[in-house]
Amino acid sequence: MSAHSVNEPSSRQKWIAGALVIAYALITMIPLVWIVATGFKSPADAISYPPKVLFEPTLEGYVNLFTTRTRQTDEYLAANPPQTWYEEIVRQYDMVIVGPSRYGERFLNSIIIGFGSTFLSIFLGVLAAYAFSRFRIPLKDDLLFFILSTRMMPPIAVAIPIFLMYRQLGLSDTHLGMILLYTAVNISLAVWLLKGFIDEIPREYEEAALIDGYTRFQAFYKVVLPQATTGIVATAIFCLIFSWNEYAFAVLLTSGTAQTAPPFIPTIIGVGGQDWPAVAAGATLFLLPVMIFTVALRKHLLRGITFGAVRK
Amino acid sequence: MAARCGVAALDRAAGPVIERLLASLCHFCRQIRSRSWMDDLTLAEIVIKNLRKEFGDFTAVQSSSFTIADGEFFMLLGPSGCGKTTTLRMIAGLELPTSGEIYIGGEEVGQKPASQRDIAFVFQMFALYPHMNVRRNITYPLVSQGMPRAQIKQKLDEVARILGIEAILDRPVGGLSGGDRQRVALGRAIVRDPKAFMMDEPLGALDAEFRERMAEELRALHDRMGATTVYVTHDQLEAMQMGDKIVVMNHGVVEQFGTPQEIYDKPATMFVADFIGSPSMNFLRFGGAVTEGASTVTLDGSDFTVPIQHEAATGELVLGVRPEHVVLSDAASYRGEVRAAEYLGTTQIITLATPNGEVKARTGAAELVRPGETVGLEFLPSTLTLFDEKSGRALASDLNAGAFRHG
Repeated sequence: MSAHSVNEPSSRQKWIAGALVIAYALITMIPLVWIVATGFKSPADAISYPPKVLFEPTLEGYVNLFTTRTRQTDEYLAANPPQTWYEEIVRQYDMVIVGPSRYGERFLNSIIIGFGSTFLSIFLGVLAAYAFSRFRIPLKDDLLFFILSTRMMPPIAVAIPIFLMYRQLGLSDTHLGMILLYTAVNISLAVWLLKGFIDEIPREYEEAALIDGYTRFQAFYKVVLPQATTGIVATAIFCLIFSWNEYAFAVLLTSGTAQTAPPFIPTIIGVGGQDWPAVAAGATLFLLPVMIFTVALRKHLLRGITFGAVRK
Repeated sequence: MAARCGVAALDRAAGPVIERLLASLCHFCRQIRSRSWMDDLTLAEIVIKNLRKEFGDFTAVQSSSFTIADGEFFMLLGPSGCGKTTTLRMIAGLELPTSGEIYIGGEEVGQKPASQRDIAFVFQMFALYPHMNVRRNITYPLVSQGMPRAQIKQKLDEVARILGIEAILDRPVGGLSGGDRQRVALGRAIVRDPKAFMMDEPLGALDAEFRERMAEELRALHDRMGATTVYVTHDQLEAMQMGDKIVVMNHGVVEQFGTPQEIYDKPATMFVADFIGSPSMNFLRFGGAVTEGASTVTLDGSDFTVPIQHEAATGELVLGVRPEHVVLSDAASYRGEVRAAEYLGTTQIITLATPNGEVKARTGAAELVRPGETVGLEFLPSTLTLFDEKSGRALASDLNAGAFRHG
């Protein structure tokens, strides 16, 4: 080990570096902590100034996020005592729950569209990248540039034509339409990233498999794909982050059935103004899937890095 | 007398029978040989006919033809970019030829995918599947054939024993040493009993010390199995040391094809003469003419006896002489000045300046020469080759007649 450390940092340097890292982490964590905390505040605490660091946590935000409520007369309230803990929360404001909100649906839409388009981008991207990496294709460079060029225009610049096209094709406000759209945006990134990763895998591995009696597709599936796991995981995370967070197209092209969470969250309105705890609760839940996805696949990312250390 | 008649009569009668007996005996022997180490080892002759490969505008291999006999250890030798690897890859089915034919065991396979050719390939960088352990790497080809598990295990044990890798079967390939990786790669190749083995510089990734040992192991393995092996290398020593036959390639062209001795003693071109041997053949350039039947050439006023020439040539000619065939002799009229002497233990390499260019001589280490001194030179007559400088081709003579098998 000592052979590697050219300059062993002094304990003072280590201390400063540690402090800087902690300071940086705190600064970047503040918005996140703020959102998560606000989700557990009461509406009054959420808008109090100066902001409350210590507060009495409540699940009001989450209850409001998932329910629709209405005011009721005192007679009604007296005749129907609350049955559950969440009804009790709502009763503080003389309200009753009349049904679920649309957040669950929108969240599910986000999952279907986000993961659907990620899967499709990776599936098509990996096949295209493999072909670009391994075969002699006429005009290969021009084709690759064309694929990259589809990414050059800001998506919003083509939003209106796409809106019109989608209306004609009946793809407006459909899951399929959104999956295709996000795939179209992601595919260029996927092809380029994956081509780089596949280029790194020596051809000899597949050639060995071809010689060993496997077909080209089997060689690809059994030898190249396991080698490309790192690249595929990294690319999938990028694709998912884009389609999960995408707002502009979602606002324009979805309003009902296929609306995703991002355009829905700002529409969460409470009685008598914005219901900030509910908005914060929606945002907190919205953060989770990408986080879980990334953390779950982190193992593959790390394993891929150690693979790279092996001599080729 | 009667007995002799009887024998003759018997001989006449038995002739065809004996002949048939002998024939079936030969057949039997061949079968035994082919069954000597594994049950279904099939041997194969590989015939290359007018094989050509173009990559766009670049011609990697130009119309090559040669035959690799059954069970031969065959070397494809040449500098990098000469087309030897492309030729090997075409035989293996990793590249498809632009034109020409490839026969493996009598079957034309030129346009068939690698998986249908029943050959094994050993790559320079071994190409072991990094996500599998040694056991799975070796058995992977058998799994693809759908072989029953018990049989796979039996084959694996056999191969592991032959290669001495029983102890590392469950190790991941990532941590193996170069030599062990090479053995695993060989194991993956031999486990399948292929018709032929293709090896692309399999020792190139090993360090010098280990290379020697692996070369011996490889040759021993080949002798034991007797399977046709095609081996690509740019190392002329490796080719000479291991090969039964050598093809020397340059710029996509087969320069010469023959046994190591033929290639060394009777080079067909100046390229081959220069490429094979260390130090390489001396070229003494001179202007003049050689007639058919001539047995001497004149360089700088001195006559040298050469093997009787079978073809005439005029113009720029080259006399080729191997360093070990240069003899220092005070009596000789042809003189050279000693420039340097490299001591190599049993021999030394003496560099001399002559009127026809620099000459290196390999002499006994005991011979004492000092730089600056002028000595007489003689060349061993029966070993000399004349070349036409322009075409680089050797002129036919008593020495090399019949030895040239151009592509």
